[in-house]
Amino acid sequence: MAGKTLFEKLWESHVVHEEPGGPALLYVDLHLVHEVTSAQAFEGLRLAGRTVRRPALTVATVDHNVPTADRGAPIADDISRRQIETMEQNAAEFGLTFYGYRSPNQGIVHVIGPELGYTQPGKVIVCGDSHTSTHGAFGAFALGIGTSEVEHVLATQCLIQKKPKTMEVRVDGALPQGVTAKDIILGIIGRIGVDGGVGYVIEYTGEAIRALSMEGRMTVCNMSIEGGARAGMIAPDEKTFAYLKGRRYAPQGSAWAAAVANWRTLTTDADATYDRVVTIDAAALEPHVTWGTNPGQVAPVSGSVPRPADMDTADEQAATERALAYMGLEGGTPIQDIPIERVFLGSCTNARMEDLRAAADIARGRRVHANVRAMVVPGSTMLKQQAEAEGLHEVFQAAGFEWRDAGCSMCLGMNPDILAPGERCASTSNRNFEGRQGKGGRTHLVSPQMAAAAAIAGRFVDVRDW
Amino acid sequence: MDPFVQHTGKVAALDRVNVDTDQIIPKQFLKRIERTGYGPFAFFDWRYFEDGATPNPDFELNDPRYDGASILVTGRNFGCGSSREHAAWALKEYGFLAIIAPSFADIFANNAVENGMLTIVLPPADVATLTERAQTVEDYRLTVDLANTTVKDDNGFAASFGVDPTVQHRLLNGLDAVGLTLQQEEAIADFEARRPGWLQSS
Repeated sequence: MAGKTLFEKLWESHVVHEEPGGPALLYVDLHLVHEVTSAQAFEGLRLAGRTVRRPALTVATVDHNVPTADRGAPIADDISRRQIETMEQNAAEFGLTFYGYRSPNQGIVHVIGPELGYTQPGKVIVCGDSHTSTHGAFGAFALGIGTSEVEHVLATQCLIQKKPKTMEVRVDGALPQGVTAKDIILGIIGRIGVDGGVGYVIEYTGEAIRALSMEGRMTVCNMSIEGGARAGMIAPDEKTFAYLKGRRYAPQGSAWAAAVANWRTLTTDADATYDRVVTIDAAALEPHVTWGTNPGQVAPVSGSVPRPADMDTADEQAATERALAYMGLEGGTPIQDIPIERVFLGSCTNARMEDLRAAADIARGRRVHANVRAMVVPGSTMLKQQAEAEGLHEVFQAAGFEWRDAGCSMCLGMNPDILAPGERCASTSNRNFEGRQGKGGRTHLVSPQMAAAAAIAGRFVDVRDW
Repeated sequence: MDPFVQHTGKVAALDRVNVDTDQIIPKQFLKRIERTGYGPFAFFDWRYFEDGATPNPDFELNDPRYDGASILVTGRNFGCGSSREHAAWALKEYGFLAIIAPSFADIFANNAVENGMLTIVLPPADVATLTERAQTVEDYRLTVDLANTTVKDDNGFAASFGVDPTVQHRLLNGLDAVGLTLQQEEAIADFEARRPGWLQSS
């Protein structure tokens, strides 16, 4: 009998019920909840007279909507404040652990899950947020769900799910200096396209993935959804266990040894096969910069913005033409000739300690360009304190970056942090969709190092030459 | 959930690929805690000029020929990006009951089903035919039959589509997923009793 992939092992160990030909009922080990996609789900429970089946497996915070300046002050936007208060009330009513606006553990839900040790290998993890794929970095099956599914999980602790196909993305070799986890995933999406992973769960393997820190692995898995895959995962190893050991909600005492023994079995068997395999040579990767309005519209920093005629299909030509018009770019422009006015260092993709340290190393002793406004938004309040203990805030502030409070912030601009129409931003976030960071705003996705360097140079530069 | 059995309606074409949920319902409308009221904001940034009130005639769906359309034909990977179910709520309130495309983003397709909206995957050549007819034939209509899994017009177009039997059953009968799952109480409780100790609480 053929061996099993990591994903198949997780899937089989979580099937509660299955009828031939139908989707499976999967058990959910961890349900993360935030303010934007949950209010209607809790209301649905109330209307049906239902309750939360396993409050102990449900953890809530506020992140999407929260202001990132002056946390002591009331939230000025009435509708935002009402949504945040509704989250707090729902958590209290249904007995959920809740990290509120002023909690020392508040943060982006995909940052605090791992940070507090909730995220663990072998878990099925869901959240009403597409970037739930982040948690797959620990060898979890983690996927984003809609609000009706949030209600379903709250009520039943299960998710109805059709079994996805499996794709291995193997990244061989070693990354050159200045090339990061962000460039790996942008390179992958550039290769497979923004719908290449639809219907699949991706397992990232290979030497370059093994060499990444847990932060880097989270960056890669985080953007699986930008390649169309609802989940991405990486088999756990010693790095994973070392990251989790001692974290507040990681298994403690004798349970730790039992957990690790189980986690060590979570690998793809040597004779297992995937439905599709993609291989990438890490040594050939460069820092990447998106030029268009989806993450697959991306080029190496040494390259140029493409022309519509460079595209293979009429669909892609039309999409490129539309993207260039929106972005205010001409085909053929060298990436390094593109000037920027804003920089956003933040988001569940790239706002962890490793990201902040790498950006600070670039910024240390330099000044943000006179034409640029740059902000740093740590992924969580705990992480912000840790960075301050290391003095990173002083490095950023001395260089002219704003140092702000934790939240999703300008990744999606639901709070006051937005671009003005036409403003061009180097962003460490995950989506460059039209209007994502503010109506008419122009987003270029890059690594933290590339964003920090762009802030100083006022245009994109190659960090390999920094 | 509203059942979906058979529907005949006017077809609107949005001939773009990778339409993301940020376009379907921009983030400024996600602060509301209600499940309704999103229709007026569907495709907001494409649909209106800067003032947020004057319809932009360049946006395909603003073409008066599509007034009252209830079937949308569009490009591949429709609904990609954010998991926001507000996108499905907005499209349904806008008037769409069925969406036809060469492919859909996974999360969006689930959200559509949860709201009784049918997503139909047809081969690119069929979608191209339907797009062209919607753009050129006045009051172009299709009949979508979920029981027989067919899409037909009055001019000889006929195609059958695949649908998961469970989804088909739920849509035909308008069944609430939570109610169905709660019938598996015994299986869920059995599963919970078998979970290892270190997973018992978060």
